[in-house]
Amino acid sequence: MSKKIVLIGNQNCGKTTLFNILTGSFQHIGNFPGVTVEKKTGYIIGSDDELIDLPGIYSLSSYTLEESIAVEYLYHEHIDLIINVVDATCLQRHLYLTMQLRELDIPMILVLNMIDEVKENQNDIDVLKMKEILGLNVIPISASQHLGIDDLLQALKHTQSQKTISHSLYSSQFYQIVSPLYNIIEKKTSIYHLPLHYCLSKVIEGDQSIFSLLHFHQDEKIKVEQMIKEIEKKTQKDRQLFIIETRYQYIDQLEKKCFTMKNAYIHQKSEKIDSILMHHYFGIPIFLFILFLMFYITFYSLGSFLQLFIEKGILFLSNEITNVLLYCNVKGWMISFVSDGLLIGVGSVLSFLPVIILLFFFLSLLEDSGYMARIAFMMDKPLRQIGLSGKAFVPMLMGFGCSVPAIMATRTMSNHRDRLLTVILTPLMSCSARLPIYAMIIGVFFQSKKFAVMIMIYSIGFITLILSSLILGHFVFQGEPSAFLLELPPYRFPTMKNVLLNMKEKAGDFIHKALTIILLSSLIIWFLQSFDLQFRMVEAQDSLLATIGQYLAPFFSPLGLDDWRLSTAFLTGLTAKESVISTLSILTSQFSSLSEALSLLLTPHSAISFLIFSALYMPCIATIAAIKREMNSFVLAIMTVIFQTCIAYCISLLIYQLTLLFL
Amino acid sequence: MTLDQLGIHHKAIIVCIKGEGILRKRLLEMGLIPGTEVEILRVAPMKDPLVIYIRHYTFTLRKEDASLIEVEEVSHV
Repeated sequence: MSKKIVLIGNQNCGKTTLFNILTGSFQHIGNFPGVTVEKKTGYIIGSDDELIDLPGIYSLSSYTLEESIAVEYLYHEHIDLIINVVDATCLQRHLYLTMQLRELDIPMILVLNMIDEVKENQNDIDVLKMKEILGLNVIPISASQHLGIDDLLQALKHTQSQKTISHSLYSSQFYQIVSPLYNIIEKKTSIYHLPLHYCLSKVIEGDQSIFSLLHFHQDEKIKVEQMIKEIEKKTQKDRQLFIIETRYQYIDQLEKKCFTMKNAYIHQKSEKIDSILMHHYFGIPIFLFILFLMFYITFYSLGSFLQLFIEKGILFLSNEITNVLLYCNVKGWMISFVSDGLLIGVGSVLSFLPVIILLFFFLSLLEDSGYMARIAFMMDKPLRQIGLSGKAFVPMLMGFGCSVPAIMATRTMSNHRDRLLTVILTPLMSCSARLPIYAMIIGVFFQSKKFAVMIMIYSIGFITLILSSLILGHFVFQGEPSAFLLELPPYRFPTMKNVLLNMKEKAGDFIHKALTIILLSSLIIWFLQSFDLQFRMVEAQDSLLATIGQYLAPFFSPLGLDDWRLSTAFLTGLTAKESVISTLSILTSQFSSLSEALSLLLTPHSAISFLIFSALYMPCIATIAAIKREMNSFVLAIMTVIFQTCIAYCISLLIYQLTLLFL
Repeated sequence: MTLDQLGIHHKAIIVCIKGEGILRKRLLEMGLIPGTEVEILRVAPMKDPLVIYIRHYTFTLRKEDASLIEVEEVSHV
């Protein structure tokens, strides 16, 4: 019979690496606590046993969203075997979860990962003794060096998946103290077939749900609470501390008996790197320099070169296909459908692929090396001033490039409220697709004050973000400001295989999106742009889209943008922000150039308003889809759209009216 | 004294964790229980959060949360 096996451990213990080895699949692994946000499943090589990789957790008390996912799963699914992966270089903390898992009475194998690092530091672990004391199968491995994997596979084959009730897990002293309580719980658990120690510790912790699970009457409950009060009195400890300390005392005893620690402080190398990278004065400048380099390569030098290359390729392909279609005497609307709808729409988005791949290449390096956790650490204080957490910094920064990967990057955030707020705010960071709009308008109206206007646009975006965060955080997403407890993993050298896997995964996601949502929306825009109400093929200015634009125009007149062509351009900007400029040039084809058209359509005052509205208004379809997918909420995506558009409208209106008054 | 008052590279023994609820529980579960030795490794460039070393691992917490941790200093380096 096939078994259901669960892989569980602390964050950052090498679980996902092991999952990939055991199933032969290729998941991305990060050196940032909390990379496995959803659970992943696969089949163990050479068997039909199912393996489930759960998010990394520190304990079974579900402090964060991803921990809840893992804990829910453990409690409600029928599991035959647990593989508990622990980092052998910091066993003390990792074994705490092991203590809790042991209480569940599910058959378990304890895997000591990174055993090679332990030995490198001349430390040693007596595995045999550990086995004997814990009563578990203990297997030392190194997932990254492929050591001990065969032993683990053998053990998986031979481990019985029969549940056994353990009666004694902790010191005799513990049982002495809790003995009256123990007797009551033991009776109950044998009636309802529940794990004894799990129930015992939940009762001591004061978890209310356990009382109904055990069918406690009111008077029994009072009696039990009385017993716990006595325990608290006897031990001089509160109930939480009592149970947690019991587990840690057991671990401390285990450590004394089984570990030889010649070199207790084994992360000296990381400490040395940190003394430079997190230096009091140089830490932030170094970080800014790394970022600058990363963005420069991604968006300017290599990235834009590759982007141009792909754009040219697509244009060439599109022309060739059009020629072939013309040659074959295909109908006009069909040709337009293929070249203007299909190829240009999807092509313009696909041309961003190199940028996305490069961005994720660098982010993957930051993440795998362990530097990402340090960035979150250094940026926590400034971000906290505006109600966000340090973990929001990296996604927000990526928003300057493209909101889609930026929103995807919030997966590494553990707190749901912080993540929600970050996802909603990230599109306010002016993405690179809006640059062509700025360049065009500035070129026509503000050539002499180019730099100042550019700074103004970005500052307005940034100020809006700060204010929105304060307002949303205060009124909408109140919630608990979560504590910032983040493990700083030791620096590890990123493996190329892992970095490439990450890039492949993200590129796949992106292409998938380009071929589904973006394809569909491009076709819709093409249709609206090419037909009128009677479904006759017409020029753009007579199309359905223009009709819609005309309806929208009065709405924009308080902003000084009352020409229908401008509102139509905003509308097509929904597919991708670059479309704003391309739409404008199509719609103003009767003028000699777009610059000339713009100087007639806009005044310097309304040009400012146009810039601000473009910078802030609703994100493109790809971003909306990303929000929907990441937050699993259509309502939230729509709310973000409405929120941003309202903000853009209000700010443009305010600034336009002010400039009319004062400038 | 509390943990946020401890100097960099100073070591201390945890006396108790004040506060209540889920945060206190989490701190205890991360191994910050009375009697455990803790060392301040560094402070962020903007003076908050702190990096501490405890039970062979490194983690960060804000000064605000560190002020819930009552400690007794053991040695100077």
